[in-house]
Order: sequence, then structure tokens, then C-alpha cells
Amino acid sequence: MVRLSLSRTAAFGTALLASLPLVAHAAPAALTPPVPPHQKWSFDGPLGQFDQKSLQRGFVVFNEICSSCHGMRSVTYNDLSGIGLSQQAIRDLAHAKQVPGPLDAAGHPTMRPGLPDDHLRSPFPSEAAAAAMMGGVAPPDQSRLAAIQPHGADWLYAFLTGYHMPPPPGAPVVPGKFYNDWADGHLVGMPPPLMDDAVEFPDGTPATATQQARDVTTFLVWASDPHRNDRHRTGLYVFAYLSGLLVLAIAWKRKIWKRGTTRNAQDADD
Amino acid sequence: MNQPESRDEASPSAASPGGPAGWIEHRLPVFSAFRKEYVVFPMPRNLNWLWNFGAILVVVLLLMLATGTFLAMNYTPTSAEAFFSVEAIDRQLSGGWLLRGMHMTGANLFLAALYIHLFRGLYYGSYKAPREMLWLSGLVLLVMVMATAFAGYILPWGQMSYWGADVITKAVGAVPVIGGTLEHVLTGSDHLGDIFLHRFFVLHFLMAFLVVAVVGLHVACVHVTKSNNPVGVEPKTPKDTLPFHPYYTSKDLIGLIVFAMVFCALLFFWPGLLTEPDNYAPADPLHTPANIEPEWYFLPFYGLLQSVPSKFGGLLAAAGSLLVLFALPWLDRSPVRSARFRPICRPALLGLVISFVLLALVGKHHATGTWMLIGRLSALYYFGYFLVILPLAARFEKPRQLPTSLASAKGDA
Repeated sequence: MVRLSLSRTAAFGTALLASLPLVAHAAPAALTPPVPPHQKWSFDGPLGQFDQKSLQRGFVVFNEICSSCHGMRSVTYNDLSGIGLSQQAIRDLAHAKQVPGPLDAAGHPTMRPGLPDDHLRSPFPSEAAAAAMMGGVAPPDQSRLAAIQPHGADWLYAFLTGYHMPPPPGAPVVPGKFYNDWADGHLVGMPPPLMDDAVEFPDGTPATATQQARDVTTFLVWASDPHRNDRHRTGLYVFAYLSGLLVLAIAWKRKIWKRGTTRNAQDADD
Repeated sequence: MNQPESRDEASPSAASPGGPAGWIEHRLPVFSAFRKEYVVFPMPRNLNWLWNFGAILVVVLLLMLATGTFLAMNYTPTSAEAFFSVEAIDRQLSGGWLLRGMHMTGANLFLAALYIHLFRGLYYGSYKAPREMLWLSGLVLLVMVMATAFAGYILPWGQMSYWGADVITKAVGAVPVIGGTLEHVLTGSDHLGDIFLHRFFVLHFLMAFLVVAVVGLHVACVHVTKSNNPVGVEPKTPKDTLPFHPYYTSKDLIGLIVFAMVFCALLFFWPGLLTEPDNYAPADPLHTPANIEPEWYFLPFYGLLQSVPSKFGGLLAAAGSLLVLFALPWLDRSPVRSARFRPICRPALLGLVISFVLLALVGKHHATGTWMLIGRLSALYYFGYFLVILPLAARFEKPRQLPTSLASAKGDA
């Protein structure tokens, strides 16, 4: 249950791997996967907040690269207002996608432009079709990827920046598989998705592969927990309110019990 | 604050209001009954903070009903749609994340508060005469709440929901003779699907309201026998008691606020402590997760289930660990209630708590290697405490001197 958060010991230096896992968790010892290096994220911790600019850049990466294979089926275009997209931008974005519509009069499938309420569907017609087309394994849905994956953000970032082309000497070479430090068995079907300047960020940030990895990781964490900013902020207000209430309640209780105990002490003296 | 504090039972007529309230009072004396049971109701004057959990549990139960009602309005109990309807509550429904967060945190803290409440009863001997019915109704509640929690955990239909249900229904199938039938009654078909999910949705909803009914009985019991207290000696004179209001209303309020703070810390800041990440993947009958693990509040029973070599034996041990509590008032014949005055019972009860926690750890580690041994020793101690230590202690233990009255008993906690 505590799998995600407890074993974080900071190892900030860039290439310094292997932070010590302080808390050995329940996974069988022999198969314990290595812990990805901890990165500094603005959304970490009990009060963390997503950086809206980074979320918007991350969405560009998702929209132009990831979404060509991965779906995010629990998320709607409307939900993107949570990363600061305007209603107009959301309508335009949805409208640019073609989604399956109702059958036409002759019973043939049709396509229609997307609407803000539509979900970010997988580009494949079905899971089986995706698996068949992608070398046996369907690209996983990304709605809750960052929540399900142990070490969430840190692992995603390590993975996205962990490809080696060509693979290190001695590594097994399997056609259609790519070498990645953080993949299970170091081989993964997904080719390195991020390359310098493969996308262009509207805010002018240089689109290096590592910048893209950071931003899309932020976006994926947001997708797995879209109300985190609200949750943390609401929590602070509620806590402030409860603290005030607690002070009053303690004052009230003290006043009452003082009266009760002194009176009863007198009673006892009688 | 300006309530009269006469500690004798105020005559109902004195409190009888006029006007419409008087009209009602004359026909259904709710006002005098409320006054008698919740205003002037005599409480032992020496209750400590462990006595806050009854009120806390009532409030959490109401919160569960309130949030659960609105969650149910947005939930679809089919195997194809359940997971995504919960996702929609969490993401698209306005305020849905808060609603669901409160319900999930509430479920966890309800069980936590229940365990503390139960421990208090064990420690201060609140199960002894004349409070046996209070104890038994409380245990019925514990079992009902556990069943409700189990049914509720199935509803999001994630991987842990599915595979947890799979483990439990198969365990039920291990009961000799009727196991197969019982399993079929639970699952409704030969696989865990629409019928099963719909059935448990209805059960979850129904059980929640049955719990409210039994809470009514439980509270009625405590109003008949009055509260036990940390010393375990009955109040003898009015000096030993204080009216419920404002003394214990003010004290309960503080307890509630502190509890609400813990609740909010988990809900708003550390929700990851209570959620199982695997349950955010939709149920997949073809893909068994590497590590099937129940929620923390079932871990001790899961530990028992796994410590016993036979499947049915494990089931008996897990069920027996609850059943033995029902016999407790008749196993512990010592006239002394509070463990404070019982030199054998007190450390032995501490051992019981340790064995319970150890069993939870055993459950977490699937009773592998040394954990198996620890699990068996803990199970032995758990049952030994009730079946051997308590009956023997009643005979051979020399209790410490009991105070003559509550007013004279100094030193709390």
C-alpha cells in the first residue's frame, strides 16, 4: 500500500543512480526492480502543485507523439481545462480528431469530428488489434499509468531517457525490441519516442528530448491524479478551519470541566 | 452552557415545552427522552480519550451513508462499466474526487476506529456483566462492517477488487459439503461477472443501512447499562457521574475535531497511504497480479488464513478468531473489569495486540519462510489468550486493590 512513496531517498546528482531503498517493500527480494533516481518535481509531497506551463508542454508531447499509439480513455477533452486550456482550444482540439460515429442509414460505420465530451481514445479499434499491430503487446492505456507504475514519475522519466542506441556491448539483440535501462529485462517494444526538436513548444522552451521527457511525465502524473492541485489547496483551507475550531473547542471544554471539577471537589469536601 | 446540571434524573414534566413542541411531547415524548438520554444522562466522571471513539464512529457512519448515496447515483454495477463509472466519478463528476476520497478514507478510518473501540472494550472489560448484550451487538456490527467493507472494495472493479473477490469466494468454496453451493450463492454464476457485481452492489448498499439499525440497538444497550469506565467500578453516588451535556459533548467535540484532522491529512495530503495502485487497473480475469493483498484491515485474518496448512482450516481459524470474541463474556469469569487492576491480564492483552499486528504482517508477507512460523505462533497465542490465559487468570490472578468510588480514583488513562 505504501509502495509508491516511502522508499524515496534523494539522489539529486544527474547520473548518480542507485539511491538506497531504505524501506524494502513487499516485492519478492530476488525480483526487486532497481529504484529509478529521484527527480525534483513541483507536484511531489503533500502540498505539491503541478506547473501549468509544464503540463501544457507535456500535453503537446502526448498529443503529437504518445497518442499515436496510446489511449487515455478515462480522460475527456473537457478535462484538459484542468491544465489551463481554454474552452475554444478544447473544442478545436476535439474537432480536429475523427471518432467513430453512429452507423449510417445503410448500416455502415461512420466517422464524425470529436466533441469536448469525447474521451482520448486509443487509436486502435481494439486491444487485440493493437497487440497484433504492435508486435504482440498492446500499448498500455495512459490514464492511470503514473499511479500504477511503481515509482511513478521517477520511473517514467528514467524510462523515457533510458534508451541506448545502439545497445551496450553484450546486450542481447532482438529484432523489433529496443534496449532500455528501465524496461523489464532491458528490452521493450516501443522505439525511443522522444527526439530533440521532434515537437515545438508554443511557449518557446527548447524542445530537447529530456525537456520533453520531464514535461510529458508531469502530464502523465496529472492524468493519473487530475485534481491534485485542488485537493492540496482545499486540504489547506480545511486544515486551517479545523485548527481554529479545535482551539475554540479546547477553550470551551476547559471552561466546562474546570467548573465541574472544582464544584465536585467542593462536593467531596462536604 | 446554561443547561441545568442537576445530576438526578430530571422529571420529564419539568422539561416539557409548550406550543407545538408540547403538542408533540404529549403524544410522543421525544423531547424529554432526548433530554434524559443525551443531556442529563449520567456518565462516569473519569472517562478518558478512548471513550471518544463511539461518537466518532457514529459520525463516520453518517458520512459514509451520505457520500455513498451520491456515489451510488453515479455508479454502474456491470463488469464492463463499473471501472469506468468510478473513473468518471473521480474525474468528470463535479466534486466527485472529494466524494470518493471521503468514502475511501472513511472506510479505512471506520475500521481503524472500530479496532480501537474494540480494544478499549477488551482492555477495560466492558464485555462483562451487565454489558454482554452491548458487547455482542458490537461484535455483530464488526462482522457486518467487515462484510460491507469487503463488498464495497469489490465495486470499483479494479485488479485488486477482482482478484481479492476471487480469493475469498474460492476460500468459501473450501467449506466441506456446502462449500460449492455457498460459492455459487456468492458469485451467482460460474465466473465473477455482472451477476456477482450487481449482487454485491445491492448487498453493500443494504448492509450499510442494516448497520445503522444495529447501531441503534448498540446505543440502546449502552443507555440501559450506562458506560463502563477506565476503573471498571460502577458509579455509586451522583458524585461519580457528570451529565453527558456539556461535559462529554465538549470532550467528544475535541475528539471529533482531532479525528477529522487525521481524516483530512489522509484524504487531502497522503491519499496514497490508503490506496492500492493496482486497483487503478481495470479487472482483468486473464491476468493475475503478482501480489494479491487485501486491505490492511483484513490483513490479520488473511495472515490466519495463510498460516494454517489446510484451506478449510485457515478459514476456520479466521472465522474462529472473530467467533471466540462472542464467547468472551463467558470465558473471562474474573469479577474485575479493568485491566489496570489485573497484573496478568494486562501484559497478556498487550501480547494479544502484538500477535494481532504480527498476524497482519504475516498476511502481508503471505506467510512465507519465517513468517509462517511467526504466523502460527501468533495464532496460537491469539486463541491461547482467550481460551487458556483468561479462564486461568480468573482463577489464579491476584487483582490490585480497586478504588472504592470513581470520585476517589485519581490518575487517568
